[in-house]
Amino acid sequence: MILAVIARDLRLALRRRADLAAVLFFFVIVVSLFPLGVGPEPERLREIAPGVLWVAALLATLLSLPRLFADDFRDGTLEQLALAPLPLGLTVFAKVLAHWLVCGVPLAVLSPLLGLQFGLSGEALVVLSGALFIGTPALSGIGAIGAALTLGVRGGGVLVSLLILPLYTPVLIFGAGAVDAAVNGIGVEAHLSLLAALTLAGVFFAPWPAAAALRIALE
Amino acid sequence: MIVDFVRITDSAVYHDVHRLYDPQGDSLFSKARMLRSSIMLAVSALECHRGGRRLFAGVGFCLGAGELLYLHGPNGAGKTSLLRMLCGLLPPAAGEICWHGRPIARLGEEYRRELCFLGHHDAIKEELTPFENLSLSARLAGMRLDEARVLEALSRLGLAGREDLPCRALSRGQKRRAALSRLAIDRRPLWLLDEPFTALDAAAVNEVAALIGAHLEDGGLAVLTTHQPVEITAGAIQRLALGDEAESCRR
Repeated sequence: MILAVIARDLRLALRRRADLAAVLFFFVIVVSLFPLGVGPEPERLREIAPGVLWVAALLATLLSLPRLFADDFRDGTLEQLALAPLPLGLTVFAKVLAHWLVCGVPLAVLSPLLGLQFGLSGEALVVLSGALFIGTPALSGIGAIGAALTLGVRGGGVLVSLLILPLYTPVLIFGAGAVDAAVNGIGVEAHLSLLAALTLAGVFFAPWPAAAALRIALE
Repeated sequence: MIVDFVRITDSAVYHDVHRLYDPQGDSLFSKARMLRSSIMLAVSALECHRGGRRLFAGVGFCLGAGELLYLHGPNGAGKTSLLRMLCGLLPPAAGEICWHGRPIARLGEEYRRELCFLGHHDAIKEELTPFENLSLSARLAGMRLDEARVLEALSRLGLAGREDLPCRALSRGQKRRAALSRLAIDRRPLWLLDEPFTALDAAAVNEVAALIGAHLEDGGLAVLTTHQPVEITAGAIQRLALGDEAESCRR
């Protein structure tokens, strides 16, 4: 049944490709603006690249979060999901996975291309993509809590940012840190391990508070 | 059998039912067993508060296999709230809802597996076709259906030939039909239907009424709210009035 929820969300995302395109386009534009604004010195660009790419990925994820539950809430599907013979936490888990597949994975796939603009070396590009692969599930998981808490609230989008961005900082620090280490030729394993730990904790613990918030929203 | 207005406030009957589910005396035991086999949904002393106001209090009823409960009452009387309490989405301010003698809050999933709820919203995804919508909700209900049964259910609700259109191209009534086509495949015993007949034309109303009738004949239970006079010819019908109607009834 978890698979049914994932398949459903993926199919819906495919039917609404414009949403996905908007998120990716935002990511590309924000990242591309930096070299234009900061100037073309390769040294400086290499220095800011990890931070810029990770912050842009964070913001792009944030952009896609409000719709995680809002559509289902509006048309009554969320009620049906809450009444399905499946713990709501697992349903949220499935939705988080689906969100990662349509948001996190494309960001990770796209990132090496954008990293080229900053003159990152081949190894750093691989680490960047890998770090995004490992770290973005945590973004989706933690984001689900924010999306669930702000469900049905006016101006929910702004509130999500206020709630969630502080929680994203550890992911940002270790994600950007991994790329930074790769740029400077230091070992990246420690950063990636911590990132993986954050992801595991985020993906497995976040669905439950999110489910509780959804139940309150549905009352 | 038609029992009119079985709203009983603070009545001994419900206290009895309550006690019977928790049998202590031997004399009660055989009766309790008998009751347990026939009464599936028992609600006692239910109270609802919305927005700081008390909507209703002391609502109770018992529903057995093959019985239908009509909820009456003016807008804002708490019909929808009562239905949402029955499906466990809204925790009651006071009172208890029991399914086979056990409180639904404790049953959780076990109870949710037995119930089919249709709310104000259609729970229809605009991007998906009626066919996809129906197969999806069947899977979420834990049913695996072959294509033929899904198509048959859709054609029963008059959606034959439209099963492959995205739902955003359908009219309001057709969307409602797509949502109600779930009833044609649903075999779960308890149906909770909130205004199922809104936006439907006469033919669809008859079809849905027939589906509910067949469900009752199969030994199912149904609770529904409606403002339309609809003929459902099966099972025992109970009526429960909320709000002003209940007040006037008591007088």
